[in-house]
Amino acid sequence: MGLQDTIKNRLSNNELIKNSLMKSNLINNPLINKIEWTPLNIITAIILFVGFILTIARFFGGLGTVTNLDDNNPWGLWIGFDLLCGVALAAGGYVTSSACYIFGLKRYHSAVRPAILTAFLGYALVVFALNYDVGRPWRLPYPIFYSPGTSSLLFEVGLCVFLYLNVLFIEFTPAAFEWLGLKKIRNFVVGLTMLLTIFGVVLSTLHQSSLGALFLIAPSKLHPLWYSGYLPVYFFISSMFAGMSMVIFEGSLAHKYLHHKMDETHLSESDGVVLGFSKAASFVMMGYLGIKLIGLSIDNNWHHLFTSWGLWFLFELIGFVALPAFIYAVAAREKNVKLARVASILGVLGIILNRLNISLVAFNWQLPLDQRYFPSWMEIAISVFVVTIGIVAYRLITAYMPILYEHPDYKHGDDSNNKHGHQED
Amino acid sequence: MTITRRKFLGWIGGAAAGSATIAGTLAHGASNKEFKGYPNSFGVLHDITKCIGCRKCEQACNEINTMPAPEKPFDDLSILEKERRTTSTAHTVVNKFISSVPNSSNNVEQNKNINGDASGNSIALYVKKQCNHCLEPACASACFVKAFKKDKTGAVTYDASLCVGCRYCMVACSFNIPTYEYDEPLTPRVMKCTLCLPLIQEGKLPACVQICPREALIFGERTELIKQARMRIQKHPDKYVDHIYGEHEMGGTSWLYLSPVSFSEVGMREDLGTNSAPELTAGALSAVPIVVGLWPVLLTGVYAISKRKEKIAQEELEQALAAARDEAEEITAQKLAELKKKMTKEKETAVKTEVKKVLDEAAKREKAAQEAKADASAEEEK
Repeated sequence: MGLQDTIKNRLSNNELIKNSLMKSNLINNPLINKIEWTPLNIITAIILFVGFILTIARFFGGLGTVTNLDDNNPWGLWIGFDLLCGVALAAGGYVTSSACYIFGLKRYHSAVRPAILTAFLGYALVVFALNYDVGRPWRLPYPIFYSPGTSSLLFEVGLCVFLYLNVLFIEFTPAAFEWLGLKKIRNFVVGLTMLLTIFGVVLSTLHQSSLGALFLIAPSKLHPLWYSGYLPVYFFISSMFAGMSMVIFEGSLAHKYLHHKMDETHLSESDGVVLGFSKAASFVMMGYLGIKLIGLSIDNNWHHLFTSWGLWFLFELIGFVALPAFIYAVAAREKNVKLARVASILGVLGIILNRLNISLVAFNWQLPLDQRYFPSWMEIAISVFVVTIGIVAYRLITAYMPILYEHPDYKHGDDSNNKHGHQED
Repeated sequence: MTITRRKFLGWIGGAAAGSATIAGTLAHGASNKEFKGYPNSFGVLHDITKCIGCRKCEQACNEINTMPAPEKPFDDLSILEKERRTTSTAHTVVNKFISSVPNSSNNVEQNKNINGDASGNSIALYVKKQCNHCLEPACASACFVKAFKKDKTGAVTYDASLCVGCRYCMVACSFNIPTYEYDEPLTPRVMKCTLCLPLIQEGKLPACVQICPREALIFGERTELIKQARMRIQKHPDKYVDHIYGEHEMGGTSWLYLSPVSFSEVGMREDLGTNSAPELTAGALSAVPIVVGLWPVLLTGVYAISKRKEKIAQEELEQALAAARDEAEEITAQKLAELKKKMTKEKETAVKTEVKKVLDEAAKREKAAQEAKADASAEEEK
C-alpha cells in the first residue's frame, strides 16, 4: 500500500515537471526546433531582411540616404513614431504595476508581467531606434555621463528613459530568474517590487510629460491648437490611457496567438483586467478631454476650430478620444470584453495620431507645402522593422519564460514571497 | 509588508536628495533671473535699406569657412528670385523681397536709383539671413550636451566634439538657422554662422561685415548699435519702421535689423514674442522637483492606505469568521443542552417508570406475600 502510493506520487511529480517544461518550452520549442514557414513568419523574415539592408544603408550612407529629413524638418517618423509613440504605448508598464502593487488591485496581478515585458521591450526599442536617428549614436551616453546639458528638456527625457529602462529591466528579471531556476536572486528582486514601482512612476511621470514639454520651446512652429503650456500634462495624462489601451489591445492579440501559454489564473483574471482598465481608461480619457478644453479656453483658440486645422484637431479629439472613451464606458457597464477591445484599438490609434500630429503634421504648419516633410519608404520600413523586432522578442520571451502563466515553483508563493521579502528590508 | 518608520524616512530622504540634486542643476532654468546679455558683447546691425543684394557677403562667408563652391557663382543674382534658407554649406543667404507698399516715396526713389529694378509702386528689398546669435539662445538651452555656448563676445558657438546629432537645436531655433550634414555618415555636424569668432578674437571684423560694399552691415558693441539704430529711426522716420528687430525678439539677439517696411514683409516673423527660450521651458523644468518630491510620498501613502485597508478587511473577515464560529458553537451547545435535557428527562421518566414498575412489582409482591401470609395464618387458625 505504502510503496504503491510513493510510486504514484513520483509518477505524478514527473508528469508535473514534464508539463512545466513543456510550458516553458525547454523540450518542445517550435521556435528552436523548426521554424514553421507560415505566411506570418515569412513576412517577418522579409521585414527583418529589408531592415538589415536599410541599417547598412543608414550607417554607411548617412541619414540623407534613407530619410526625407531636411534642415526645416529635423525630426521625422523615427522621432514622431518610434520615440513619441513608442514611449507612450509602453506606459502600460507603470500603469499596470502601480495599479497592482501601489493601489492594491491584486486582481490585475496576472496582467503585470506581460505589461512589464511590453514596456521593457518598448523602451529598449525606443533606445535602439534612437541609434538610427541621431547622427552619432555612439555618443548617446554623453548627455548622462560626459557633458550633461541640464537646461534641456531632452536631457530630462534622456536621463529618465535611461533610468527607467534599467528599472524595467530589473522588474522584468524575476521572470528570467524563474526560468533559469535562480530562486535566491529572484526572491531578492521580487522584494524590491514596491521600491521599483514607485521609482518607475516617478520616472514615467517625468519623461512622459517632458516628451510633450520638448515642444514648448517652439511655439512659433507648432500649430496653436496643439501648442499649449499644458503639453507636458497632456502627454502624461494621455500616456495613462495609452498604456491601458495597449494592455487591452496586446492582451487581445496574445489571446489570439498565445492562448495555449496562459494558465488558469491568467485566463480567469483577463476579462476582469480588460473591463477594469476599460472603466479606468474611460474616466482618464474624459478627464483628458476636460483639460484639452481648458487649454483651448485659456489660450482662447476657439476660432481656430473653424479652420481646416480645427477640423483635423476635432477629428483627433472626437474620433480618437471621445469616441473610445464612450465605447469603453459602455463596454465596462455591459461587461462586454469585445467592445472594450474595439475601443482599445481606437485608443492606440488615437495616441499615434496625437503624437504624429504634434511632431510632424501640425509641426511646421506654416511652411509651404513643398517644404513639408513626408517620410520616405525607407524610414517607414525601419519603423516597421523596429516594431517587428519587438514582436519577435515578445514571442520568444513568452515562449520561454513565465510571462503569461505562473511558474509552478512560485505559484501562490508570489504573495508569501512578497511578504517575506518586504519584511526583510 | 509593513513600512517601518526607518524605511519610510529612508525613502523620503532619497526622494529629497534626488530632488535637491536636480533642483540644484536646473534651478537656473526655473528661476526668474533675467539675463540681459554679456556687457560689451558685440553684434551686427543690418540696415535693410542699404542692402543691394550683391551676395558679396555670401561669398566672403563661403571663403572664410572654406566651404565647397556653390553650383552657381556668387555673382549670379538670378538665384535671388527664390527665397532661400541657410544650408550646411551656406551659413548666410541674401533674399529678395518685393514690397508693394513702400514706406515713403523718398524710399522708392532711393531704391530705384540704387537697384534700378523697382517697378511701379513696388520696391525690391534685400535681407541677409544668418544666425542671429541670441542673447539666450534656444539652441544652447535645448542642447542636452552643452555643445552650444554663448560666448562673451556675443557669438553663439558650437562644439562638434560634444554633439550627439539629436537635432533638437534645429527644432528649437525660431529663426530656422541651424542646419545639418545629413549626408555625412560618421561625423555629421550642425552647421551655422559662428559670427567669425576666430576673426573677432584677432581683433578683426566678421568676413561679411568686412566685405559689405554699402555699409549695410555694421559691427560693434550691441548697446552702441541699438543707440545708432535709434538715431537712424529718429533722423529718418519716413525711411524706417519704428522697430529694431532683434532688440527684444526671443529675449534679444546680437544681430539687429532696420527695415523700411514691416518685418513680416521681408520674411522675418513678428510673432515670436519677447520671451527667451529658457523662459518657455522654465515652467516644465521647475515641475521636476515637485514630481520627485511629491510622488514618492503620495504613492507610499496610497500604498500604506491600500495595505491598511487590506489588513482591516482581513481582520474584519477574521472577526466575522470568529463571530460566526462562536454563534455556531453557541447554537450547537444550546442544542446539545436541550438534547441533554430531553435525554435526562427521558431517562428520568424511564427511571421513574422503571422504579414505579419495580415498586409496583414490589408492592404487588408484598401484597401477594401478605395475602399468602394471611392465608397461612388463616389456615393455622383453622
